[in-house]
Formats: sequence, structure tokens, C-alpha cells
Amino acid sequence: MHRVLGDRRAIALLLGPALLVYSLIMLVPMVWSLGYSFTKGNTINGFTGNGVANFSRLLDDPAVHDALWFTLKYAVVVTAGQVAAGYLLALLYVFFLKRASALVRTLVFFPVVLPTVAVGLLFQKFFQVAPQTGPVNSLLNAVGIDSIDFFGSAGSAFWVLIAMDIWRSMGFYAVLLFAGLVDIPDEVLESARLDGATGLRLVRHIVLPLSLPVLMSSLIFSVNGTLKVFDSIVALTNGGPGTGTTPLTLYMFQTSFTYSDYGYGSTIALLLTVVCLLVSLVVYRVSRRDLTEG
Amino acid sequence: MPLRTSRARRARLSLLTAGTASLALLATACGGSGAGGSSSAPENFDYLSVTENTTVKTALTTMSKDACKAANDALPLKVETVPQASLDQKLQLLAGQDALPVQFAAGNAPALTQQLAKSGKVADLEAKLKELGVLDQLEPAAVSTIKALYGGELQVLPYEYNIEGIFYNKKVFADNGIKVPGTWEELVSAAAKLEAKGVQPFSASGQQGWPLTRLISGYLYRSLGPDALQKVADGKAKLTDPEYVKAAEEVAALGRKGYFGKGVGSIDYDTAMNQFLTGKAAMFYMGSWALANISDDKQNKIGAENTGFMPFPAVTGGKGSVDQYPSNVGLGITFASKSFDKNTGDWVSCIAKNYGSTALKDHGSISGFKVNTEVKDANEVTTQVRDTISSSKRNVLWFEALFSTKATTVSQQNAAGLVSGSTSPEQFMQTVQDALAAQ
Repeated sequence: MHRVLGDRRAIALLLGPALLVYSLIMLVPMVWSLGYSFTKGNTINGFTGNGVANFSRLLDDPAVHDALWFTLKYAVVVTAGQVAAGYLLALLYVFFLKRASALVRTLVFFPVVLPTVAVGLLFQKFFQVAPQTGPVNSLLNAVGIDSIDFFGSAGSAFWVLIAMDIWRSMGFYAVLLFAGLVDIPDEVLESARLDGATGLRLVRHIVLPLSLPVLMSSLIFSVNGTLKVFDSIVALTNGGPGTGTTPLTLYMFQTSFTYSDYGYGSTIALLLTVVCLLVSLVVYRVSRRDLTEG
Repeated sequence: MPLRTSRARRARLSLLTAGTASLALLATACGGSGAGGSSSAPENFDYLSVTENTTVKTALTTMSKDACKAANDALPLKVETVPQASLDQKLQLLAGQDALPVQFAAGNAPALTQQLAKSGKVADLEAKLKELGVLDQLEPAAVSTIKALYGGELQVLPYEYNIEGIFYNKKVFADNGIKVPGTWEELVSAAAKLEAKGVQPFSASGQQGWPLTRLISGYLYRSLGPDALQKVADGKAKLTDPEYVKAAEEVAALGRKGYFGKGVGSIDYDTAMNQFLTGKAAMFYMGSWALANISDDKQNKIGAENTGFMPFPAVTGGKGSVDQYPSNVGLGITFASKSFDKNTGDWVSCIAKNYGSTALKDHGSISGFKVNTEVKDANEVTTQVRDTISSSKRNVLWFEALFSTKATTVSQQNAAGLVSGSTSPEQFMQTVQDALAAQ
């Protein structure tokens, strides 16, 4: 084994094809897109050089500021919600539903497998107010509250979006964190219980510190995914009402393909890349510290 | 391994990466429009259409079997559809690959077709029609509307020619003692009366957005005259000028009083049509293409004889007049220059001579082609509309007619917000004006 992996030629041969495909499909388009951000034009008229005009436009464009703010807001809220909900569910599986947990785990995981568009349509119908009153509004009417047009304002549409994404992904994080919790040795829990720690104190002082590595990985995974959200938003509100729920990804898509302004679209994509890069750097700093110590 | 060799290898690798990256950057700078193709004979009469429009492709299919059978045998008809929202993207893609179909629906914004024409990809229809001797088969009103939209050139064929106005439920008006409103003030008070009696005054699709912005442009044309929006396109006026914002305020006021019903932003086109045709709303601003739905007994539950049509009302003291109907040519249909050969020409001649009567007879759809075989109107409202079209002298366009793709999208996306109150009239006009200035 050492002979094979120690030989540089062997490594090149084994890695070569995959590296080539990766470069062609991922790296080359990224650099190409960087090139586009210095141009303006579209596929019909061709592309002409534009210097740094796209970048100065990026700094002044209020739509970009709104989209960036929405992206960050969305990422933070959904990550917090998903991981918190997943963690609570994982605690439920480990401490309360010891034997029935397999069935419950599968049922809660089921929405993860559903297509995003199907879930989007489901929630659209759930919260609709016209042409027919949806289930949620019927419930509100039954307790005497007027129907609310959930998709009529950016604020309420945001919360429906959050609810949809958390409902959809909490099963996944529950399973992930469950695996981490199960790893905690029984003797530690037993001895803690003997010392008189129960319920919340047990979780706070024993379970939480010991499951911190898995928790951190879940947070990283979640932030990475939510910064680049696209399909959930398009399926539920398509960025609406107006541009109230438009993240950077959707704004970039519209700029490039609907308004045929590929140069500016590439610049927005660059901005998103920089944001993800910054988050990754923060994550590296945090995870450099050994999490199992104190 | 000696350190020297590994460092050299690393240096070589980084040089290679830098070289590839700079090559890629250079390629983007030089990558322009695709090579122009020479004229190539098409194998089929390819027609790229939108999914939402069924009339044109059905009528063409009918014609391919009888009136245009000869042309069809030489060049068989082949229809492909895309959803309207993705039409512009698809056209740009095909144009970039120089693979535009023989016949295709022009983009959602006339600006796209003008771009294609400038790059020589669209056939010069006026010249071709003159050559084929069928230019006189087009209604003059349709030709002037097309020229107003497409920078003075005949770039599309008027498969549809529509005027717009307000369809109303005659019985609901009679039951509530409402006369047909002649001015905007009368319209608003009629709506107030209906709302008080528990009838939803207007049905409109906020999800589409344009049924609401049509009300804004209607008010602008009536109050400021028929060149109100040409002035904005030419830069002589801004949408944020007070007299323009007034129109947005009037429409926002309608929404504030609840005249569009609940959740107008979630109502799509079919639902809005349905609400009017099943009697749930009293008035429906729409174009004459809706006559196809109105004449269909399965859809029209209030009865075609009970459906009336009134022009957009006048604004007291305004410069426009009631007989200036907003008109359009639907989704214009145009031809690629590369594949316009003799067989395509035969098809075009056949279409120009026969489409008018086929569409009217089978679908109740009014086109911009002359109707050569007499067709009896299905109902009174169709006759009213046809007579209005043939006698109209000066028509006006619509809100987004002269906007870029971006401004059109921004306007239609934010319309529901204007009506529901989440966007103020000033904000709405500012947002659209900014989008206009951006490109």
C-alpha cells in the first residue's frame, strides 16, 4: 500500500481523471465567469470589455444590498432553526423514544427525500388565502382571527419560507446529531446520573459538551447550504412579493438569464463566492481549536 | 525525493495552472457571437411557441391539413412550446447558437426582437411580404401598432390583434342599478356601490402583474394623452413626475379599498378569468383575446349575451379620449432570416390569406390579417369588438410596451405590492424608473 501511494506517478494516474473532470467542470467555468465580470453584453450581441464598471455598480446597487442582507438573514435563521430542531429531536430519540425511535426517525426524515418543488407547492396551498382559504387560514378563522395573506408581504413570506425549510431538513439533522449523541458512552451518563444530574442539567453539562464536534459539523454544513439556497425560494415565492424574498443566487440568475446582463450577473456571483469564502475561513479558525478539549 | 526536484515540479504545476487560467480569461474576452451561418434550407416549418397560447398553434395545425396542405407537404409543420416565462432565455440561447427556428414567438419585451433584428437574425418581413404580394392582407391598424412597438419596422406578423377594455357582467350592473361608467370617477363610485352590496368589483391577476399595470397606463393615456409613455421612453418625462405618480396612486387607492378582493398577489391568470366568468366579480380588464373564453359556454357561466364590453373610461380634464383603445398584437410571431426560403414564403402567403378567417371561425380569435371568408360572429360582444377594431383610428400601447426586459419584469413583479399597499405609489414608480435607467 505504501509503495503504491508513495509513488508519485501512481498518485497522478489514480487522481488524474477525476482531477481533470473536476477542473473542466468546476474550476474552468469559475475562472471564465471571473472573466465575464469585466465585460458587458449577451449571447446575441457578443461581449465587450467594461473595465471595473460592474464592480462600482455592485457597490451602489440597492437590490444587491437587499439580496445580500436577505441571504445572510436567511442563512442564520434557518441554520439556527434546523440545527436546534434537529438537536431537540435527537435528544428525544436518545432519551425518550428508546425503542420506537427507529420508526419516528424515518417518518421525520421523510420530508428530506421529497422534491423541493413539491414541498413548495404544498406550503403554497397550505398558507394560501385566495382563491380558496387554505388550511392555516381556516384554522385562524375557526378561532376568530381574520385570514392573513401570508405571501402578500415580505415579512410573513419570510417566516413561511423558514417554516418550510426547517420542516423539510430537521429530520436530516436529527439523524446526523443522533449518531453523534449515540456515541456518548453509557458509563459517563450513568455516573452523571449517580451524581444527581438529571434532565436539563445532564444535557447542559454532559451531553452538550460531548456532542460539540457533531454539532459544529452540522452548523458548518447547514450554513454552507443555506447561503446558496435557490430551489426552495423559487418553488415557494419566486423571490416575491416584488423582490422581498430574493437572495443573491436568485438575483444573479435573473440578472444573467432574464435580463441578459451576463457581466453584472457574474459580478454578483463573485460577491457570493467571497461571502462563502469568508464564512469558510471563519469556520476553519473555529474548528482549528480542538473541540474535544474543554 | 530531492527537494530541488519537488520544488521544480511545484513551480511547473503552478505555471501550468496560471497558464490555463489566463487562457480561459482571454477566451472570454475574445468569445463573441457565433459565426454567421449561410442560408440553409429548413427541413420542417419549425414553430417555437409559448405553452400558454393554444390558439395559434391549433389554428396552424388545422390550416396545415386543409387550406395550406400544399405548403405543408413541401415543408411539414412542427410545433415546439416553452413556458412564456422562459421564452426570452430560450430565444437568446438559440440566437447565440445561430439555431433560431423558422418561425418563433418574439420575446416578451419588443426590445429583444429589435436586438435580434439589429444582428440580422430576423427576416425583413415588410420586404418579404411585398415580394410575395400579400402585404395588403394585413390590417392597417395592426401594421401601425407593430411599427409603434418595434421602432418603425414591421418585425412581427399580427397573428393576434387585440384591443383592451373592461368586460362587465350586465346582470350585476342591472341588479345594482349601475350605468356603464364613462369617466374614472364614475368607475370608482360604481366599484364602491358594488363593494357595499358585497360584490367584488374587479377581478385581476396580481401574480401576472400586467393586468394591474394596464390600469396605470390606461389612466396615464387618458389623463396625459396618447404619447404619455413614449415621452418616458424618449427620456422627456420620468415616471416619478407627479402627474405620472398620480396614476399609480389611483390604482393603489382601488386596492386599498379592497376592490380587487383578497390576496390579489396570489391570483393567477386563469383564476382571475374564472372569477369573472363564474360571476364572482363584476368587472374584468382584459383584451379581446378573452373573447375565446367568453364565447366558450363551458367556461362562461354568466352567459356570452350577458357579457358587456366598455372602453377604459375617460379622466375628466384629461388630454386623451375614450376611443383611443389600448391595443397590442399579442405575442408577435416572426421569422428567422437564415431559413426564409421559397417553401417558407409559400407558408407565409397561405397564412396571410387564410389565418384571419380560420382563427375567427374556429376560436373566435381576432387577428391582424384580413378576414377573407365571411364569418358569423358568435355573440354580440364579439361584433362590438370587431366593429371597434375596424373603425379605430388612433390606438395606444400599454405600460411596459417600450420598456426593457428588466423594467418589464420589475414593473410586473411589483404591481401586486402597489395594490396590496406594501409598496407606495412613489416607491413603485421610482423602482420602475430605476430599472429603466439601469440599461
